Amino acid sequence: MQALYAQLLVGLINGSFYALLSLGLAVIFGILNIINFAHGALYMMGAFCAYFLLSVAGIGYWPALIIAPIAVGIFGMILERTMLQWLSGLDHLYGLLLTFGLALIIQGVFQNYFGSSGLPYAIPDELKGGMNLGFMFLPIYRGWVVVFSLIVCLLTWYLIERTRLGANLRAATENPTLVRAFGINVPRMITLTYGLGVGLAALAGVLSAPINQVRPLMGADLIIVVFAVVVIGGMGSILGSIITGFALGVIEGLTKYFYPEASNTVVFVLMVLVLLVKPSGLTGRAN
Amino acid sequence: MKNRISAVLFGTALALVAGSSALAQDKTIKIGVLTDNSGLYSDLGGAGSTLAAQMAIEDSGLAAKGWKIGLISADHQNKPDVATNIARQWIDVEKVDVFMDVLNSGVALAVNNLVKEKNSIMINTGAASSDLTNAQCSPNTIHWVYDTYMLANSTGQALVKAGGDTWYFLTADYAFGAALERDTTAVVVKAGGKVLGSVKHPLNSSDFSSFLLQAQASKAKIVGLANAGGDTTNAIKQAAEFGIVSGGQKLAGLLLFITDVHALGLNVAQGLNFTETFYWDLNDGTRAFSKRFSDRAKNKAEPSMVQAGVYSGLIHYFKALEAMGGNPHDGIKVVEKMKSMPTDDPLFGKGTIRADGRKIHPAYLFEVKKPSESKGPWDYYKLIGTTPGEQAFRPLSESACPLVKK
Repeated sequence: MQALYAQLLVGLINGSFYALLSLGLAVIFGILNIINFAHGALYMMGAFCAYFLLSVAGIGYWPALIIAPIAVGIFGMILERTMLQWLSGLDHLYGLLLTFGLALIIQGVFQNYFGSSGLPYAIPDELKGGMNLGFMFLPIYRGWVVVFSLIVCLLTWYLIERTRLGANLRAATENPTLVRAFGINVPRMITLTYGLGVGLAALAGVLSAPINQVRPLMGADLIIVVFAVVVIGGMGSILGSIITGFALGVIEGLTKYFYPEASNTVVFVLMVLVLLVKPSGLTGRAN
Repeated sequence: MKNRISAVLFGTALALVAGSSALAQDKTIKIGVLTDNSGLYSDLGGAGSTLAAQMAIEDSGLAAKGWKIGLISADHQNKPDVATNIARQWIDVEKVDVFMDVLNSGVALAVNNLVKEKNSIMINTGAASSDLTNAQCSPNTIHWVYDTYMLANSTGQALVKAGGDTWYFLTADYAFGAALERDTTAVVVKAGGKVLGSVKHPLNSSDFSSFLLQAQASKAKIVGLANAGGDTTNAIKQAAEFGIVSGGQKLAGLLLFITDVHALGLNVAQGLNFTETFYWDLNDGTRAFSKRFSDRAKNKAEPSMVQAGVYSGLIHYFKALEAMGGNPHDGIKVVEKMKSMPTDDPLFGKGTIRADGRKIHPAYLFEVKKPSESKGPWDYYKLIGTTPGEQAFRPLSESACPLVKK
């Protein structure tokens, strides 16, 4: 029983990465209508950014938590301005192909310069060590990841669903012409939204740098699962992707305990089941 | 008169011999480096293996003696089906004579069958499974650098002797992990230890926390990592986080390469024990080769034992071909020649190749240095034990290989 609690908690930790990443994807899909396959590569860039800040400039984890998402976010906005914006109004497939190609290029460039085994990034001193919870040894850093990503997820949800800015954004996707008539610069807003989604991915990258090796392929390994999370949660549904992210982390954690060989397929089995029963996803609206 | 006839006969015979050898002296070789060029094992094999092959070609001096040597390389993506397709094309269309590296045991076992069917050659320097020279042995395959039996024998034995008599395995869920767990279990049990359990994780996992918790709960003294590359580095890094080592359990990286230690950094990797058959800083011979290698390598990396094996294997292959004088296309014949000659190169020292295809050389037990002991990048290992070649690998008396006469 103790082991079960431990696995639940570990699942929650992984779930927070899924939630942060799928949240970014959901924001981008909901507002730009683009299936952002470059998300994994941008997550990896976040981790590399943290590594460079530390090794080149001596800037530690805490500032990196702010600087890396902004830097990668700006990179994302440049991508949107120079490439993605020309795809608005076209079929989803074009955006998917373009971003997938971008992901391959970005990963290839990083792999060429940094190899595949990755680079070390240590846990910041303040978060080293762990607590004995009775049923498991919880590394403090993992606890921090869960709490921090939960806060970020809820803030993002609040920003988009409950503020005036978010309302404008959602209106702009429904009817850009009308929103423009109110004097709102729709293209700029869309660029900023893409930057926000990319920034979330980079933030997840920084959070994962001390846990995993900073590797060029770290995003490629994760992105497929995250897409499954978004599909299960309902494409574009923000709250849905947050909840599904955490829930799937837990389910995957339990699978690792009961039948570890299936742990990398369980998410896809669930995706198939959900799509069979409710094609628009758990919280998505049918259109 | 009699003399004259015999002289004429002798002359004719000489002309015939000269003529036939001129006709048959085919001196073209094609080498194929089949490896992981883009995935989790690409640092320990990959482009470095191709570089090592290039260096072997240059150092052999065969080009000056009229040999034409071609070199190609491809990425098998760690997929046996992709690898077999490439291998088939290489043999049929590209006329490749010898396959080098072929890391990943799943890939190696698949290519092993094809190479045998087509009478080609595989000098395997990357894969670990000891099955390649046991039940799956082939007259066309030589297993050069290391194998799971040797790793288990060296690292496993040393750890049990040091008091690590209860084990729990974290095993990569494919041919290699299964072979490594099986061989290590045999050693542990034979030495009087006990295996408390194991958990199989998918290849290329990024999160090991669930598996590590299970290992922690088992209370085994040794957590054996029967995996490789990125899987091992992530597991070691996360084991530190979950307090596995500080809680009194010891990690055993059953297969660790220098590139892994480099990636982990000494802070995390210090104190780990593991076995390799090559280290760049072992002696003057290894240092001289490694200096030339790292000058040309990406990121100035020192060679891994897999890459060193590509060089060493090819040097011996070239020696055998030179002794044969030509005709490198009959795989079995070339491998027989290679087995009949003792091996000797600055990287692995003197050695032999056994009937089952197993290359014999010493195995070294290393410990990773503390950061304070290291003089700089790549200065990572302390040598703490050497097993002579004859004792390091599976004895022929235990072999299930049909090529071994009993």
